[in-house]
Amino acid sequence: MTAALSSMANVRRTTWRPQPLIKSPRLRWVLALGAGIYLAIAVGTLDIDWERVAEGWPRAERFFVGFFPPDFTSRWDAIFAGLMESLWMTVAATVLGILISIPVAVGGARNVAPLPVYYFCRSIMALSRTFHEVLIAIFFVKLFGFGPFAGLMTLTFATLGFYAKLLSEDIESIDVAQAEAIRATGASWLQWLSYGIQPQVLPRAIGLAVYRLDINFRESAVIGIVGAGGIGATLNTAFDRYEFDTAAAILLIIIGIVMLAEYTSGIIRQKVQ
Amino acid sequence: MAVLQSEDGPIWRKRTTQADFCVWFCWLLGVAAVSACFYFISDKTIWVFVLSAPQEAVDLGSRMVPPDWAYSSQLWRPLWDTFNIATLGTMLAIVASVPVAFCAARNTTPSKVFVRPLALFIIASSRSINSLIWALLLVVIVGPGVFAGVLAIAFRSIGFCGKLLYEAIEEIDVAPVEAVTATGASSAQTLTYGVVPQVMPAFAGISVFRWDINIRESTILGLVGAGGIGLQLSASINNLDWSRVAVILLAILVSVIVSEWLSAKIRNALT
Repeated sequence: MTAALSSMANVRRTTWRPQPLIKSPRLRWVLALGAGIYLAIAVGTLDIDWERVAEGWPRAERFFVGFFPPDFTSRWDAIFAGLMESLWMTVAATVLGILISIPVAVGGARNVAPLPVYYFCRSIMALSRTFHEVLIAIFFVKLFGFGPFAGLMTLTFATLGFYAKLLSEDIESIDVAQAEAIRATGASWLQWLSYGIQPQVLPRAIGLAVYRLDINFRESAVIGIVGAGGIGATLNTAFDRYEFDTAAAILLIIIGIVMLAEYTSGIIRQKVQ
Repeated sequence: MAVLQSEDGPIWRKRTTQADFCVWFCWLLGVAAVSACFYFISDKTIWVFVLSAPQEAVDLGSRMVPPDWAYSSQLWRPLWDTFNIATLGTMLAIVASVPVAFCAARNTTPSKVFVRPLALFIIASSRSINSLIWALLLVVIVGPGVFAGVLAIAFRSIGFCGKLLYEAIEEIDVAPVEAVTATGASSAQTLTYGVVPQVMPAFAGISVFRWDINIRESTILGLVGAGGIGLQLSASINNLDWSRVAVILLAILVSVIVSEWLSAKIRNALT
């Protein structure tokens, strides 16, 4: 017993440490140092006008006093019209966007499409995904004039990139056996697509559609700020007129609808998947 | 699967007649609703402007080409600002979202009745207000500039990071946590040795993913005065200086693609 204890005491004592996330100590130090230097430079070039920020408190106070109580009634007609416009834009753009993106998604799946088609469809997706909706909205407002049509086009374009990319990834990860079984029956290409592949991706496709509907409503609240119609336009007007109580009411309505939409879309997605 | 009985024997159909009608009716309702949406939109549209869009597009294109390449030398500072807005905003959001996420996760929250709903409310309200609207508010409060942009990105990202992180926390394996608890560890020690190592990879992935989204978002914050390359963009658009707009759009395109590539690389290395 004592011998065992003394031999244990001879073992070099080490303290145990949890394994670090990045294994190589060199890389770890370089990253930490780089992050430190970057932070110093970045904060240095931020150009924060602290006096202006200090003024922020009373301003924020005035702002929030202006917010309360939210005024739903005096501009209700405008708010309601804006909301309806947002809803139309959302629904129409989601449907149109999905209709366009299905062929693009099929073309962008490597296991279905030949290479040139694949590259073409993938570049459409990349183009639609890189620019923020608001930037696209600015251009579409220039092209189509103010109003919900520009918003519809913007959301459709944004839906195209999002939906086609996710759907094509789904098509790429299908179970090949089922598709081959359909092909073995002598099915044509279209039949192969609709009986071998479509049933496998349909649940995910529905889930994605609901998810995109939810995103499109949120975006429709923003693109109005640059003139593409919807509740965002109403919100912008309220800010421009310093009607902060109306703005607060609009923000609350947006939050409420977004939360409701997210909740229901979550339930629907759980059901279909 | 339904079977119809007829004189020639059973006929197999995909659905019963009733179900067929039901499906058909749902399609009818859906198509009607969508058509109504299109009708309302077209009602509010001035079609003359829409029909002139092709000429407008050609006109715009001809003004954008050739891009004003000399202008690109002035874009380094705005690009640096944009990068900073996204990066610092993400960092702030990460720092702020960790406690919120731990309070929101069912298995780590200090109190399910009081703290958890509060944390969930913070997450939901941060997520439902777009960063552009946050910027609109913050520019009024802290003044125009990069700082407002950083805060706007941070406020929007708290909800995103918090939500994904608390879902990751709820999905952890209980066994290591129990093992650490069994050694007599305090609750803080259980958290650092039982929970944190399990969610760390997910957390790093979430942060990088959000950073990549934030680069895209920070390119437009300048439109409402919150710094970054959006300031130059809106100035050039207001001056109808389309050859400069083209250069700015190219710069945005390149930076978004680079950040997306970088984030995908890092996330691949993490998993």
